[in-house]
Amino acid sequence: MEARAMPQEILLPVKPGFIFFTLIAALLLNLLPWSGVWLWIKPDFVALVVLYWCIDQPRRIGFSAAWLLGLFMDVADGTLFGQHALAYTILAYAGIVLNRRVRMFAMTPQVLHVIPLLLANDLIVLAIRALAGADFPGFQYFLGSFVAGALWPVVAVLLKLPQRPRPDPDHVG
Amino acid sequence: MEHSPPPFFKTGPTPLARLLIFSALSAAVLVADARFDYLSVLRQVAAVIVYPIQRVAAAPASIMRRAAEFFVTHSSLRADNARLAGENLANAASLQQLMALQAENRRLRELLAARERLEVKPVAAEVLYAARDPFSRKIVVDKGSQHDIRAGQPVIDQAGVIGQVTRVYPWLSEITLITDKGQFVPVQNLRNGLRAVLAGTGGDGALDLRFIPLNADYQNGDRLVTSGIDGVYPPGLPVARVSNVERSAAQLFARVTCTPLAGVASYAHVLIVQGSRELPARPADEDRPARSKRAKKG
Repeated sequence: MEARAMPQEILLPVKPGFIFFTLIAALLLNLLPWSGVWLWIKPDFVALVVLYWCIDQPRRIGFSAAWLLGLFMDVADGTLFGQHALAYTILAYAGIVLNRRVRMFAMTPQVLHVIPLLLANDLIVLAIRALAGADFPGFQYFLGSFVAGALWPVVAVLLKLPQRPRPDPDHVG
Repeated sequence: MEHSPPPFFKTGPTPLARLLIFSALSAAVLVADARFDYLSVLRQVAAVIVYPIQRVAAAPASIMRRAAEFFVTHSSLRADNARLAGENLANAASLQQLMALQAENRRLRELLAARERLEVKPVAAEVLYAARDPFSRKIVVDKGSQHDIRAGQPVIDQAGVIGQVTRVYPWLSEITLITDKGQFVPVQNLRNGLRAVLAGTGGDGALDLRFIPLNADYQNGDRLVTSGIDGVYPPGLPVARVSNVERSAAQLFARVTCTPLAGVASYAHVLIVQGSRELPARPADEDRPARSKRAKKG
């Protein structure tokens, strides 16, 4: 696959309040009462948004936010304390280390980078659950990460919106 | 990182160092929670922070439910009313009998110097959501330690036992369903009084009776009620119906599959049964008090 560089555009600096807002919104989406089939195809929004900000703004957002959000997810799901924290920490590390590389690619190769990272995130949670004595829940457990990968372009566009400079009404051209 | 920043840019520890720090922290938290149960305070604090988000997230579903209740048709309301009046009449007769029987029971128990049976005092709670965790069967309801809910209290609906409160937060509590893998309910066959242990399988709508001898008298359709010998579930609550009995000479035990009577996977409201029974003290050689605590964890 020919990897074309994303056209670079000059963006406004991101507001910390906006990052905070998107993380809370992701937590909210994760806490919606999903059930049945929806539960299987539900992407992990927190993982997706944390990964996005780690790739896009590695100086602003990083391990502490990922770790705290992981703790909140563990409390809300009533699972063993620390499993999501560990998974999100490793995800944040991957995002921060790979940020320059991933940002160079166009959207499709970016998605191909993101899906394995989210799958690794799932695998870590699965490994901790297996150590604690749970059964393998079936391969549909990994479906959510592919859905999240498909959502990546949408997330990337949405979260960049407030950074786009306003079109200048006096500009002629 | 091969490209380390020049020393005049202060960036703090490298990502690898931070990864190790936070992973170690997570591992410490995991072990402390799994093995020693030290972190209940931290969990409570985090729960209070997440609580508003949980309520907001659960709001759409609960608003939809209320809106659907508002738009019921007149005819369905009348049909419901007629059905409930009929049920009420039927129940009234048995309730009057129940009062007489309770009085009689109390007298007989006094004569026998036996302990009082528990008088259950249920608290209604609304289900906020089922835990979004494919590994376990749990639900979260909107009553917590502020409403005198305690961990270990049994939870029922109008048809039978749903599960047990396993974790309590200030305004929420977490209920582990009887279908969860690792939940055990001591039961009794209503037809012949045989005692057994009913175990969840992790799948919806399937329970297993464990360690049933091949010649034990179980038939399809037998109703199982709680036997009350564990001190968690009060005796006599309906739990499940035997749906399949498989006896094969190659196996040591019969395979008895049951379906829960209560709507374990579908409900909007549940009853949390309060009031704990005072059991006689356990024998002195009680060796593993931590065992019951472990079993309650997801």
